[in-house]
Amino acid sequence: MSASSVPMGAGVIVEDDLHLSKVTFWRRLRRHKLAIMGIVVLTLMVLAAALAKQLAPFDPNAIDNVHWQGTPLPPCFQDAAQCGGHTLGTDEVGRDMLSRMLFGARVSLAVGLFAVIMELLIGSTLGAVAGYYGGWIDYALMRLTDVFLSIPLLPLLLVLTGIVAASSTKAALSFGVIVIIIGSLSWMPVARLVRASFLSLREREFAEAARAVGNNDGRIIFRHLLPNAIAPIVVQGTLDVANVILLESGLSYLGYGIQPPTASWGNMLANAQSNLSVAWWAAVFPGLCILVTALAINYIGDGLRDALDPNMG
Amino acid sequence: MLAISVILYGILYNMPGGPLAPYLQNPHITPADIARLKHNLGMDQPVPIQYLKWLGHVLIGDFGYSTSNSEPVLQALLERLPATLELMGASLSVSILIGVGAGIISAVYRYSVLDYVITTGAFFGQAMPVFWFALMMQLAFAVHGIPLPGGYQIQLPSAGIASSDTFDLGDRLVHLILPAAVLSLLGIATYSRFMRSSLLEVLGTDYMRTAAAKGLSFRAILFKHGLKNALIPVVTVIALSLPGLLAGAIFTETIFAWPGMGRLFINALYQSDLALLMGYLLLVAFLVVFSNLLADVLYAWLDPRVKYD
Repeated sequence: MSASSVPMGAGVIVEDDLHLSKVTFWRRLRRHKLAIMGIVVLTLMVLAAALAKQLAPFDPNAIDNVHWQGTPLPPCFQDAAQCGGHTLGTDEVGRDMLSRMLFGARVSLAVGLFAVIMELLIGSTLGAVAGYYGGWIDYALMRLTDVFLSIPLLPLLLVLTGIVAASSTKAALSFGVIVIIIGSLSWMPVARLVRASFLSLREREFAEAARAVGNNDGRIIFRHLLPNAIAPIVVQGTLDVANVILLESGLSYLGYGIQPPTASWGNMLANAQSNLSVAWWAAVFPGLCILVTALAINYIGDGLRDALDPNMG
Repeated sequence: MLAISVILYGILYNMPGGPLAPYLQNPHITPADIARLKHNLGMDQPVPIQYLKWLGHVLIGDFGYSTSNSEPVLQALLERLPATLELMGASLSVSILIGVGAGIISAVYRYSVLDYVITTGAFFGQAMPVFWFALMMQLAFAVHGIPLPGGYQIQLPSAGIASSDTFDLGDRLVHLILPAAVLSLLGIATYSRFMRSSLLEVLGTDYMRTAAAKGLSFRAILFKHGLKNALIPVVTVIALSLPGLLAGAIFTETIFAWPGMGRLFINALYQSDLALLMGYLLLVAFLVVFSNLLADVLYAWLDPRVKYD
């Protein structure tokens, strides 16, 4: 089919062909057993986070003055007499581990979700503009992407959060600031993906048709082209939720992420090293949460990739 | 590179406190002294001028003076470089050996139990928080020790690069085991996944079928034709993973008290040591650009089909 021989209405049909039918998508996804398991695990995590208030046996920031005597209380399955009702024990200042982990799930999952939404917004806009217009705009935006890609992410994040922390107090490192810093520095792969899709999409007949009937550029980009570039964006976004959760936990571990007393899985581990010989539970459980969540999300991303496009690799 | 330096300078220039922050707290130093210091250090000049001056110094290898370490930045970084290189070199060799090996096994025995074990392991490796893995290793091998039959126990040192100042190869190696194992995990996971998919792709190509049709044994095909072609993209991935290795080294060095650049960076961060942070970021950014270039060159060299204009 060449663009000139196609009647104008035909463009719509071509556009529809690009959408994967929902039935095929679900059938393929269901075959991917590990992805289904990932979805189940993640759903449980999200539920636990959402119902943290109802599920948590204790106030996550409260110190157990009755039982805690200066050393972390052990989990009940290890020492039922000593645990003082704390199923998974307490941390070094006598706060209930299970409750902190439940509330920490809120923070970790929300940082992952919002940072990725931000990254997708920035990445797809820049990538779409670069790919759609081409020429010097494309060149400039892609060089910008290259520059951002060449600054290693973790050290840069640490320096930025360090600056924010030094400019007032560490308390300034609120949830929103962390999300903005991570989100605004991880859009580059998305921009590249979207640009690559747009380079070929803008030459398609339906794009031509949309232009011919007089749509403006913004409408063509967001209404006609972007929906067709959605598959790789979804996969990248899903995998990045796991990456962001890992990043946030790392930052919080080093003291430059979510600030105590607010619990996040990362900052719960911050003091775990010095208590490693007396309180193994304080080190094991929060990390296990991070690992399981990241693993579940990676499997979902893998399943989505297979379901959306088996040829994608 | 130049653009990176402008951005980094822009970010760090706005770092509050700045190099004079320690003096601002001191009651014996009057505002007039501060002004004089600022003038002497050229801090009262316009930002672009300061930037150009700084750039000029960087180009001749002068990264400024570290305020927390009281030594030139370049010297401070270079002092820590051998320790970081030792750690990164060890991890890189381990990851390449195990990662590529596991990838080959995984591809050759596709859908076998071994393949499932390896791919699952790779998924775990990629989802593992580096610092938590380090803590777990310490818990297992340093705090408790792994019991062996006969009353022996595996107990590994978990901090520092050596027990004493005199050089003892065995001692150095024992200190290297845990940090290197932790740092190589992500590499093993990444390389084995890439090696697997790359080799599977090659095994499905026509020239492999041709080789098989000529009556060559599977072993000969695999090693003479298969691996040669499958390794090309993996080499690129390895070159591109070097910056990630540096980032991992920040955690590993901090947790294992390894006297390398990563720990230096974290200490500089805790003390707002601007010049040292800047030097580290530039050095690491340089490494990224360099490894991208290396990947391109290696790619063109290994694969004659690739030509650059």
